[in-house]
Amino acid sequence: MAIKYSEKVIEHFIKPQNVGEIPDADAIATEGSPACGDMITYTLKIDPDTRVVEDIKFRSFGCASNIATASMATLIAKGKTTDEIKAMKHRDLTKSLDGLPAVKMHCSVLAIEALKSAIHKWEVDHGYAVDEIIKLDKKEVWKALADVLNPRTGLSLIEAKLVNKIEIEQDEGRVFVELLLCDMDELYAEAIEEEMQEHIHAIPGARKVLVQFKRCHHSGMHGPEEHLV
Amino acid sequence: MIYFDNNDTTPLHPDVLEAMLPYLKDKFANPSSLHNLGLEAESAVDEARSRIAEAIGCKPKELIFTSGATESNNFAILGSARARPSRKHLIISVVEHASVLNVAKRLEDEGYRVTKLLVDNQGYVSSDALRKALDEDTFLVSIVHANHEIGVIQDVKSLAEIAHEKDAWFHTDAAQALGKIPFNVEDFGVDLASFNGHKLHGPKGIGALYFNRKTRPKRLMEGAPQEFDLRPGTENVPAIVGFGRAVEIAVQDLNEVTTHLKLLVNRLTEGLSEIPDTLLNGPPPDERMPGNLNVTLLYIEGEAILMHLSNRGICVSSGSACSSKSLTPSTVLTSIGLLHEEAHGAIRYSLSRFNTAEEVEEVIEKTGEVVELLRAMTAFVPEKHSERQGGKSFYRQR
Repeated sequence: MAIKYSEKVIEHFIKPQNVGEIPDADAIATEGSPACGDMITYTLKIDPDTRVVEDIKFRSFGCASNIATASMATLIAKGKTTDEIKAMKHRDLTKSLDGLPAVKMHCSVLAIEALKSAIHKWEVDHGYAVDEIIKLDKKEVWKALADVLNPRTGLSLIEAKLVNKIEIEQDEGRVFVELLLCDMDELYAEAIEEEMQEHIHAIPGARKVLVQFKRCHHSGMHGPEEHLV
Repeated sequence: MIYFDNNDTTPLHPDVLEAMLPYLKDKFANPSSLHNLGLEAESAVDEARSRIAEAIGCKPKELIFTSGATESNNFAILGSARARPSRKHLIISVVEHASVLNVAKRLEDEGYRVTKLLVDNQGYVSSDALRKALDEDTFLVSIVHANHEIGVIQDVKSLAEIAHEKDAWFHTDAAQALGKIPFNVEDFGVDLASFNGHKLHGPKGIGALYFNRKTRPKRLMEGAPQEFDLRPGTENVPAIVGFGRAVEIAVQDLNEVTTHLKLLVNRLTEGLSEIPDTLLNGPPPDERMPGNLNVTLLYIEGEAILMHLSNRGICVSSGSACSSKSLTPSTVLTSIGLLHEEAHGAIRYSLSRFNTAEEVEEVIEKTGEVVELLRAMTAFVPEKHSERQGGKSFYRQR
């Protein structure tokens, strides 16, 4: 399969903006890992009074869309307040890039996640936010799965209503997720599970994550058995 | 444009196109028709079959045309399973093409036992492992002859001998091997073999399957009795003619082309090995399928490398997860022990007779340029992010 990128993506991939790192950065965050082949590091300068991002640079280990989304993220973030950045969605990024192939949509999630994580750390350091104590519960797992996309559709597992069941044994740090998987998604089962593992393991206290697929013959239109809002 | 992706597909040889043209124009008839035009088409198919049969050392009636090596692999494995219903065990290796791996998976779903032989860190299947896996229930052993990603060439002769000790049939996927390394079914003692037209400057959509009287697989499709009643459907005459001509040319020029490719790949290997933190994936160049080279350029990602090279007019392919449809890294690369981070930076260069020494120099130079550009912006800090520390040498110890 040849992956078709928009001209904007190609432009940012070939000539990425704001590459490098700010030596005396106020905020820094790395998300992703070399094993996933998808990793971004941002360094930022933020005005402590106005909370405006004055400068931002990035480094990337990843594919063309990883580089392009990070480049676009720096352009959008520069001049914005931390509140404005916190309100950003990964779709805002892909829109600015004239779209991404569904299979690459996860790159825009990583680009936004990494940026928000840098902002959050900075806000905590400067007393604008508190580091909430995150405990392993259904809500957190739900939130983690909202960042995992189905590469076929580019929709998150939550949006597409693919999560059928979540069970948690807090004492042992055990998480069980049952996911609806239709025939067309079978190709991506391994990639989806890897992403789920990574995102759920990022929740403090999650030690053992078990993912089970429940085969279905429709295209992911099922609703969850239980609502977890 | 420089095309170094010949293990993916090759350009048509001009003589092959020439041979095909009449069958796309005036000689269009159906070989099953009884009129003169039909007979003419039929003899063209017969002649192509004879040429290919001669090249691989079998009788024409032991060779049927298919739509390509994927169909041939499906046919060999499923057809053998159906032909030997009392045996329920299949042996393959982990470095097979998807058209073998996924057929094996289907049989597994049907209740068959499947053993996947592991390989060493250069990609070789071990005879001992095969001997251990074999039993009286094994209907088929299917091991690829030359691997498409790392160019490792298996000793199919020894492996076939071992398979026969337990009366298992032996199939080899020779899609990459045909026309690049000497291949003779009788010398090798294989029972079934898959071939392809478009890897040796023939047309796409055409392949062949060798079998013999003892090892006749059951047909998978029903229809009219074409191809010795094994594979129904009107023959793809122009493609068959082109395939025949392509094999004839490849066999005729084999030594000359091999020498040419060895020179080019040796220089390419030397040039790329000078880029720091580069690893060779698979066996040393003199053991590989001619024209194939696979390296990992550490700390950067394959799709990005590929696209920057493409932007500079160079076509290669990558084993990276990001450039694969399923978003998982190449199983061939992980099965020879590459970490995911190493598989992500894998680039395959595959050359053909039409490539030149000047092109090799340009590819070395441009690869260096792209690596420098991407490493300058990478977020990958080796000391921090890699579990594999220490000196990295280009050649892997076996």
